[in-house]
Amino acid sequence: MLRMPEPDRAVLDRRAEIVVALRAIVPGEGIIATPVEMRAYESDGLNAYRQMPMVVALPETVDQVAAIMKYAYEHGIKVVPRGAGTSLSGGALPLADGILLGLGKFNRILDIDYDNRCVVAQPGVTNLGITQAVEHQGFYYAPDPSSQIACSIGGNVAENSGGVHCLKYGLTTNNVLGIEMVTVNGEVIRLGGKHLDSEGYDLLGVMTGSEGLLGVITEVTVRILRKPETARAALIGFASSEDAGQCVADIISEGIIPGGMEMMDRPAIHAAEDFVQAGYPRDVEALLIVELDGPSVEVDHLLEHVTTIARRNKSQVLRVSTSEAERLLFWAGRKAAFPAVGRISPDYICMDGTIPRRKLPKVLAGIAELSRRYGLRVANVFHAGDGNLHPLILFDANKAGELERAENFGADILRLCVKVGGVLTGEHGVGVEKRDLMYEMFTPEDMAQQLRLKCAFDAGNLLNPGKVFPTLHRCAELGRVVVRGGKLPFPDIPRF
Amino acid sequence: MVFTPKSAEELADAISGATAPFAITGSGSKDGLGRPVTDATPLSMAAFTGVTLYDPAELFLEAGAATPLAGIGKLLAAKNQQLAFEPPSGGTIGGAVAGNLSGPRRIKAGALRDHILMVSGVSGRGEIFKAGARVVKNVTGYDLPKLMTGSHGTLAALTSVTLKVLPKPEIETTLLVADRSPEDAVRTMSVALQSALDVSSAAHVPKSGTFLRVEGIAASVAFRVERLRELFPGAATAESSPWSAIRDVTGLRGDVMWRVSLPPAAAPAYLQALQRSFEFDYLLDWGGGLVWLSCALGGDAHAAAIRGALPSGHATLVRAPAELRERVEVFQPQLPALAEITRRVKAAYDPKGLLNPGRMYRGV
Repeated sequence: MLRMPEPDRAVLDRRAEIVVALRAIVPGEGIIATPVEMRAYESDGLNAYRQMPMVVALPETVDQVAAIMKYAYEHGIKVVPRGAGTSLSGGALPLADGILLGLGKFNRILDIDYDNRCVVAQPGVTNLGITQAVEHQGFYYAPDPSSQIACSIGGNVAENSGGVHCLKYGLTTNNVLGIEMVTVNGEVIRLGGKHLDSEGYDLLGVMTGSEGLLGVITEVTVRILRKPETARAALIGFASSEDAGQCVADIISEGIIPGGMEMMDRPAIHAAEDFVQAGYPRDVEALLIVELDGPSVEVDHLLEHVTTIARRNKSQVLRVSTSEAERLLFWAGRKAAFPAVGRISPDYICMDGTIPRRKLPKVLAGIAELSRRYGLRVANVFHAGDGNLHPLILFDANKAGELERAENFGADILRLCVKVGGVLTGEHGVGVEKRDLMYEMFTPEDMAQQLRLKCAFDAGNLLNPGKVFPTLHRCAELGRVVVRGGKLPFPDIPRF
Repeated sequence: MVFTPKSAEELADAISGATAPFAITGSGSKDGLGRPVTDATPLSMAAFTGVTLYDPAELFLEAGAATPLAGIGKLLAAKNQQLAFEPPSGGTIGGAVAGNLSGPRRIKAGALRDHILMVSGVSGRGEIFKAGARVVKNVTGYDLPKLMTGSHGTLAALTSVTLKVLPKPEIETTLLVADRSPEDAVRTMSVALQSALDVSSAAHVPKSGTFLRVEGIAASVAFRVERLRELFPGAATAESSPWSAIRDVTGLRGDVMWRVSLPPAAAPAYLQALQRSFEFDYLLDWGGGLVWLSCALGGDAHAAAIRGALPSGHATLVRAPAELRERVEVFQPQLPALAEITRRVKAAYDPKGLLNPGRMYRGV
């Protein structure tokens, strides 16, 4: 079971006093302290884990955020930032002795600047909200996580979120131009802006994907792009995942970078087809959606090439969208894959890992073997072009021990990812979900380099503690890591 | 005396035992970039050279930090691939990473920092480490490869870097629009970059005009060039590709050169403000978002004017004699709260100030 840092008794004893102090900073309904009202914040998208926060603060201004951070810093109180609460890795899981700092009221777009091709937004604006603000002028914001109607841009920056179009257009980190943030001690700083690149260390790059452990994001400037003239998709079915995997590799190595390249396995195809009737073939083992975007002449040409490659790799089914409605139908099944799987199982967990593209068939075979060993079903969807896997492990939380078995199955999948040269994460972050697996991937020496960065920003470990790093530590103990050869740096201190 | 370690272990031992700082160098092409590092032993990374892994299908290349960029370009070209961020010619891959150096295609393809997948090196604490991975979604935890990119060797001596590579476009065509002023040029570039025509570079060279680059498969390039001609009647096709000259800023020969990054639409007013205070030559790249300025020696190299007129962004003194780089802040000065974080990050990886101390800021 998940262990979080031991709550600080001294802080809990002062709870009433802390609530009063916070009310002096955020007046009215911005401070929530009753159990009934706080219930809404006890969990995020990783809802297997729940924890009531000590108090919830919903500030409306940057000054209020800064004042809360300064107060918490001076009184040694932990702070957990939260955007829309859609994290799948538990990034916004509260702490019993912590302030849950919700940025939901920061929901305005501040500036739309076509000449500089960017949008400035408060962190609580949804990902899709940015695109909706500029699409009437033919622009959009490229990263498109599946939760884009709900997830916030601030949370996207904190988690370095992706989406189906990352292969061509990059992750959040490649599309953020600047942020304003509040440091752990309440200072407001700006990184980047409407210009390109950093004047000093790339702290914008560091903040992106830092999972709320280094600062609280209060404003985001993102690059917007002109919508491509057209987009068409090919739906390609294969008799084996090996054939599909080879097709993906061939498309990439022949110099084509599709706008999106997604793969689903048989269980995922069936679940999606049962749910949305997208017209997916049921008698194939693997299905690819390959989308090309750009001027029609280019899209047509590249689709020719892609279909040639597909036939060479023994495609069983090959359909190319001939209308926008058909293209959207191809995507409808894929985009609904998670809820579709939710229909065929009482519970599921969505894993997230990345592997070298060519290892897809090997990892798929490994997952199938693990599925047999754990006695749990699995449906696989992938951002195949990126090698980013999302195995969905099906289980029933009401059956004793099944959640634990599902989690162990998931951990084994991620170990497999690391073993074949990949990483523990793709686009969902580490959070609490993969925290205890970090040493599967990192040597103590490499882990120490990450911890040092945390210490440079937050030496007191007050910002979102218990996430990302499996080891409790004090920054002063980090000294020089002299271990060479795989031993833990601090074998005697508690781990959770 | 130059210290030339043969292995990461030898380098780690030397840094661990060091009492005086090192000035890191590869081929020496960037030794004049940044504040002078004084009283330091030159640390040559020359032994860390050569491409160690190139996987065209997985789209990455790994090389020793001192590997010359020229050789990497040739190797990639043989497989119809390239470093899409278009680093300046000359020097080593490690030098390009240390400076986060990107060329005209940066506005479409991203900067070098968007292509770094993995780094290995030795920190100022003498610790051998690696960060990142050889996959597209390369980071678990903090993005240390990005932190190391552009840190000018002040945090770690990188021994090996892994970069994303991309297919080389089949053809490139460049249109030349006869703009005569920065206002006209930025308007042209803004229209071009707001179109769906996928212009991959947009630069203005005074006296020549505004160059718009279109790359891709032949049929697509032909189509997009035709659409651009409708947008800019009278645009000519450039006879030869201007992009390597723009990338390397070969046209600006003054003793002092500044590199200014600002919001693209702000460039015309910015240049106008500067023209009122001193004489300079300039080049606009990145649709106006990158201004190269060259001027004569003297005073503070116009740092106060150049930084004072900047609405937002940053100005870096990229070419100047050492004496000037000692007196004038080479990198944009930071506000106190940000400067404090910069110092803490430096101290986290190089607490004794052994690697390129003072290269970026005093004490950093």
